[in-house]
Amino acid sequence: MPVPPFDFEVVFAMVPDLECRELTKRFGDNLAVGNVSFQVPPGSFFSILGPSGCGKTTIMRMIAGFLAPTSGDILIKGNTVLNVAPNKRPVNMVFQHLALFPMMNIADNIGYGLRRQGMPKAEIKRRVAEVLERIGLPDVAMRRVDELSGGQKQRIAIARCMVLEPDVLLLDEPLGALDLKLREHMKIELKALQADFDTTFVYITHDQSEALVMSDQIAVMNDGRFEQIGTARELYYRPESAFVAGFVGDANRWSGRVERLNGVEVELLSDSGMRIKGSGHGRNLAKGDPAVIYVRPEAIELARTKADLSNPDTMISGRVSSVLFNGADSRILVRADDGGVEIEVALPQTGDCSDMRQGDEVHLGWNANQGNCFQGGGD
Amino acid sequence: MRTELRLGFFLLLTPLVLWLSLLIIIPHIDMFLVSLRERIGVGKYQLSLANYLTFLEEPLYLWTFLRTALMSIMATLITLVIAFPVSFYIAKMVKGRLQAVLFLLCLVPFWVSELVRTFGWMILLRETGVISNFLQWAGLVSGPVEMLYNDVAIMIGLVYTSMLFMVVPLVTTLESLDDAVIEAGYDLGGSGPSILREIIIPHAMPGIVSGSIVVFMLSLGNYLTPRILGGKDSLWFTELIYSQFIVRFNWELGAAFGFMLLILSSVIVWGMLRLTGQTLEKTMG
Ligand SMILES: Nc1ncnc2c1ncn2[C@@H]1O[C@H](COP(=O)(O)OP(=O)(O)OP(=O)(O)O)[C@@H](O)[C@H]1O
Ligand SMILES: [Mg+2]
Repeated sequence: MPVPPFDFEVVFAMVPDLECRELTKRFGDNLAVGNVSFQVPPGSFFSILGPSGCGKTTIMRMIAGFLAPTSGDILIKGNTVLNVAPNKRPVNMVFQHLALFPMMNIADNIGYGLRRQGMPKAEIKRRVAEVLERIGLPDVAMRRVDELSGGQKQRIAIARCMVLEPDVLLLDEPLGALDLKLREHMKIELKALQADFDTTFVYITHDQSEALVMSDQIAVMNDGRFEQIGTARELYYRPESAFVAGFVGDANRWSGRVERLNGVEVELLSDSGMRIKGSGHGRNLAKGDPAVIYVRPEAIELARTKADLSNPDTMISGRVSSVLFNGADSRILVRADDGGVEIEVALPQTGDCSDMRQGDEVHLGWNANQGNCFQGGGD
Repeated sequence: MRTELRLGFFLLLTPLVLWLSLLIIIPHIDMFLVSLRERIGVGKYQLSLANYLTFLEEPLYLWTFLRTALMSIMATLITLVIAFPVSFYIAKMVKGRLQAVLFLLCLVPFWVSELVRTFGWMILLRETGVISNFLQWAGLVSGPVEMLYNDVAIMIGLVYTSMLFMVVPLVTTLESLDDAVIEAGYDLGGSGPSILREIIIPHAMPGIVSGSIVVFMLSLGNYLTPRILGGKDSLWFTELIYSQFIVRFNWELGAAFGFMLLILSSVIVWGMLRLTGQTLEKTMG
């Protein structure tokens, strides 16, 4: 029998940098993290996205070694690290408030880990200069921590970890303390740094745009559990749960009961009496079930007359109740003639709808496959 | 408007100025003048440095002076070594109610007067005291042991009296250290001792220095503890001052001694600040 050739490349690529297996953490009766499993391939940017208090930091602290899991296993490069002390784990963490050492200057901050490894002074100096060069701050070595701007501190905190060449870098909402403008800027910068250092990043955030922009893979977390793991695109266009559909990106939401089923196509009779069409995408739905449909604001077609619509599955007429101008990201809120919640619709800044005013008559529509239908949810 | 402001400023300043001038500056100027006069007849004085010369020429005075300084420094160091882990525990390891309770426990000894506190130690340490009796009962010693009237007893008393004054500034500075900074130290590969040396102690330095200054001053100027626990031969410098003023009625020499003590404490505090690279502003601010 021919023995298959041992393909080192394939085997090597298969070992994830970080793997969590059924990780669980309880604080007393409170389940902070429940049965979380995931793998992070080498060199990728993995985000955990979830609302405040869902257990993100708890996962991070277990990986870093500051908390012992109640059950489950953590593997780094295929080896379990449960019995490895935090100062011996090949992971480093960028803390939410950075936690730079205020009693040391920048060079000493970055050199701290190297000093602990017992590296010779000259070598430390060279490495520190090199990493400062890479993060674009070659002249700050002798400065004190409080003599840097927020964004610069951010980069120093990352550099302080990166000089140690960890297998995995953990980042706990590192942009949380920055103002909006800087946050936008740092998003791009972080992604670039990750590509530059070619290190695996595990990034946690409650800000969906941070996760969507930067990540190769995102795990959406709610109440201690992972709801879905996927690429930004998958989460946005093919959410697997109502929570993901509501949490990632904006969406209009109707709850009601399933009225008719036609293959994957679902017709919902909403609580306010509207007939809304959506798609079950293979989910198990039955007639009469309570269900919710989510439709993205930009998936809704907008026209001044019914005839202008391209004959979509669902059509709603109504009046503009307010215009939310925000440049390319402008929206209008529409109140349907037959009642119900206000519908948020993206307002294109070109074409004949761009000068929409409050009180104008509008017609909306979308096709069934633009609506995502999930079981449950009368809440 | 401006004059009103200024009036307010002076009104606020007045108690401070009064306190400083009446209780500190004026008595010290007077003391200084007294220390500079020499009695040459009944009610006749002349300006001279004779009192200071007496101090420098008498080995017992010098020895007492040196001994007081060294013992005070030692008491400060021992207090620091005991208070640091205690403070770290209170500031970082416990949270909430327990923290408040522990802090209060440090304060409890100060609800009784210093005299009663010191007598408490006498009850424990004297020949017929609790510890001596216990040792005899346990069969560890055959006869009663006297643990009072020696330097160890003085040291115990001084450290005990000073503890709170070290714990308070230490707890305050340690509390201001973000837990995440300590964790970051571990995360970057630091071990316990290296984190203590490179992160915790540098951060706590202002607290260490201000606590040490207070404890040192309190020990140096303490009269009751060395006197009661050390007996009448305890050779504490404040006792010399006391005996010159009260027993011998030699105010001139007593004042000179007082001044030497002031200079001694100032020089040592200054030296300590220099040694640790701290400034008074940094420590007190
Ligand atoms: N030491 C602890 N003892 C008890 N409960 C804790 C402890 N740490 C966290 N929890 C609880 O575990 C849950 C998850 O907390 P965690 O800090 O992981 O949330 P998070 O997702 O990081 O939130 P945020 O986005 O606000 O930082 C919360 O309900 C929290 O109250
Ligand atoms: Mg958190």
